[in-house]
Amino acid sequence: MLQSMKIRIKLFALLSRYLPPDSAGNEADLEVPDGATAAAIIADLGLPSEHCHLVLVNGVYLAPGARGDRPLQEGDALAIWPPVAGG
Amino acid sequence: MAWTRKILRVDLSNGTCGSEPLNMDWAFKYLGQRGLASKYLVEETDPKVDPLSPDNKMIFATGPLTATEAPTGGRWSVITKGPLTGAIACSNSGGFFGAELKNAGWDMIIFEGKSPKPVYLSIDNDNAELLDAGDLWGRSVWETEDKIRESRGNPFVRVACIGRAGENGVLFAGVINDKDRAAGRSGVGAVMGSKNLKAVVVRGTVGVKVDNPNAFKKAANAARKVLAENAVTGEGLPTYGTQVMMNIVNETGALPTRNAGDSQFDGASKISGEAMLEKRAGDGKPHTVSTKGCYGCPIVCGRVSQMDPEHFSVAGKPRYHGESGGLEYEAAWAFGAATGIDDLESLQYANMICNEHGMDPISLGSTIAAAMDLYEQGVITDRDTGGVALKFGSAEALVTIVEQTAKGEGFGKEIGQGSRRLCEKYGKPELSMSVKGQELPAYDPRGIQGMGLTYATSNRGACHLRSYTVASEVLGIPEKTDPLTTDGKAGMVKALQDATAAVDSTGTCIFTTFALTLDDIAPEVDAACEGDWSADKMVEVGERIWNLERKYNLNAGFTAADDTLPKRILKDAAKTGPASGKVNDLGKMLPEYYQLRGWTANGVPSNETLQRLAL
Repeated sequence: MLQSMKIRIKLFALLSRYLPPDSAGNEADLEVPDGATAAAIIADLGLPSEHCHLVLVNGVYLAPGARGDRPLQEGDALAIWPPVAGG
Repeated sequence: MAWTRKILRVDLSNGTCGSEPLNMDWAFKYLGQRGLASKYLVEETDPKVDPLSPDNKMIFATGPLTATEAPTGGRWSVITKGPLTGAIACSNSGGFFGAELKNAGWDMIIFEGKSPKPVYLSIDNDNAELLDAGDLWGRSVWETEDKIRESRGNPFVRVACIGRAGENGVLFAGVINDKDRAAGRSGVGAVMGSKNLKAVVVRGTVGVKVDNPNAFKKAANAARKVLAENAVTGEGLPTYGTQVMMNIVNETGALPTRNAGDSQFDGASKISGEAMLEKRAGDGKPHTVSTKGCYGCPIVCGRVSQMDPEHFSVAGKPRYHGESGGLEYEAAWAFGAATGIDDLESLQYANMICNEHGMDPISLGSTIAAAMDLYEQGVITDRDTGGVALKFGSAEALVTIVEQTAKGEGFGKEIGQGSRRLCEKYGKPELSMSVKGQELPAYDPRGIQGMGLTYATSNRGACHLRSYTVASEVLGIPEKTDPLTTDGKAGMVKALQDATAAVDSTGTCIFTTFALTLDDIAPEVDAACEGDWSADKMVEVGERIWNLERKYNLNAGFTAADDTLPKRILKDAAKTGPASGKVNDLGKMLPEYYQLRGWTANGVPSNETLQRLAL
């Protein structure tokens, strides 16, 4: 049986609708398989990949090419935004 | 065409208004608005002039694309020597006033001298006259606009005016048009107040002609299509507004918090764009009620909010219970994270007071944050503040001090002088988060290295809108770069500064550049105006404007020593987040920046550079 780990998922702007039902604000704890990647979690949550523009792990940008390669660690915060801007 | 080729010169000392032709030689070199008005200011004033003296001039300027069909073609600017900084000031505003002024047949208005009594300028196409403003002086922005509209009896007039802050010499007072759009920064409203000029009301029905109507329509439609199809300008900004930045910048570890003592705020989510759409505890309604765009704008980034009428700041004050502009990201940060306050309603109230009385929320919030730092460190006490407990996180203190500042009462009089003067007075200049006297905006240069160089070299004092490296370093527009490295940032800052100076001179909005490049904008200018306007020429014009502003500041007494950042940003490392352990490495970027600019090691444009730019 696969081991699982807990991460913090944060979804903003129009992606907030994909948060688990028990979420408070824009974030929730999420049980994911050990070594899950950002790409795998994005797929599991059903997030449209074209809307996952800004993907941060613990505040650090994860380039599209690295999202399927780098395993997340227990306690990591995965935050995702669609294309947005401000001033 | 596109320029009206006419300037309105208003001599406030003598009470006269006169028309004169636009200097077209200068127009071909400086385009319009920011660039062209800066050229007039440089030519007509002594850079060492006291900004609040009659010898300083103040220019209301449109661009060639203002009031045309170019998307976002409603921008206008106020250009003068700024009293907050002593540097050249150019504050850009949207709304509808600028387009009305251009439609009345004027490229710009140059105000000189000082009226012996309060007056306002009334423009009806060609006819301009100064009228008595005795019954307007002492009134708010909102009352002033309502009174003028009532007296003109024409619902189509547009008004730009100052509130009590501009009258009272608040050094970060702004000029407000259409009740909640602001030429906000650097204290241009204080200059207007110093001239006893309360307002400008304009009705324009002349219209604007473009040089090649068919080519212009094609270029404007092409630009509009790019804006509509772009994910940011077509969906992100219209749907979420600028306040979507709050959570992003906090997560990135670059949200200056409690006077930049920290760079992440644990209350950020409570004051974010997402929070503005949630039902609040008080009356069960969301904060944001609708959106609002400026003249000719397809993006519509502006938010409109309505406060909880039972909130302590507005209970029993019905004039604050209606819909009002805001919150935008910078104001929410300045009154929120910078002061450690997570009460969204209080931030909106403070923002409304800024609209009502004409103040820059960035400088006001940051100055209050500096005062809170002084108070928490015991440098100032209740005796200094008149009993206001200026603790970080206190919404009650924020509300009281914002009101006092607008009215020029109590400790608000000291706040109204800005953070540099406040902190110098109490012997702690290092607690002012400012560059050249102007307060830093909402991006911590320890977590976004390019913004450190942006702030340090901005010609109007610290400003994010002179080279918004956040687009690349944080948002990935047009491509993502690492916010924690200094590599490549000198070149990025220079390129953005030059391009921004060009766009700020067109009459269109800098927000278009989230989607458009100069390759999209230059065809609009080229079709609208006489002359050849390629993207390369726009860059050249932008670089010329940047160097013109730089020369003015050097002649005003600034030196390379002023191209720096607050000690806290350079010496005290960020404590949390991705930038943990980092300071801003300005010293690694500045020499390269000077070199790329063609300036000496002392930050002075070389003769070769000046000749190349025909300066």
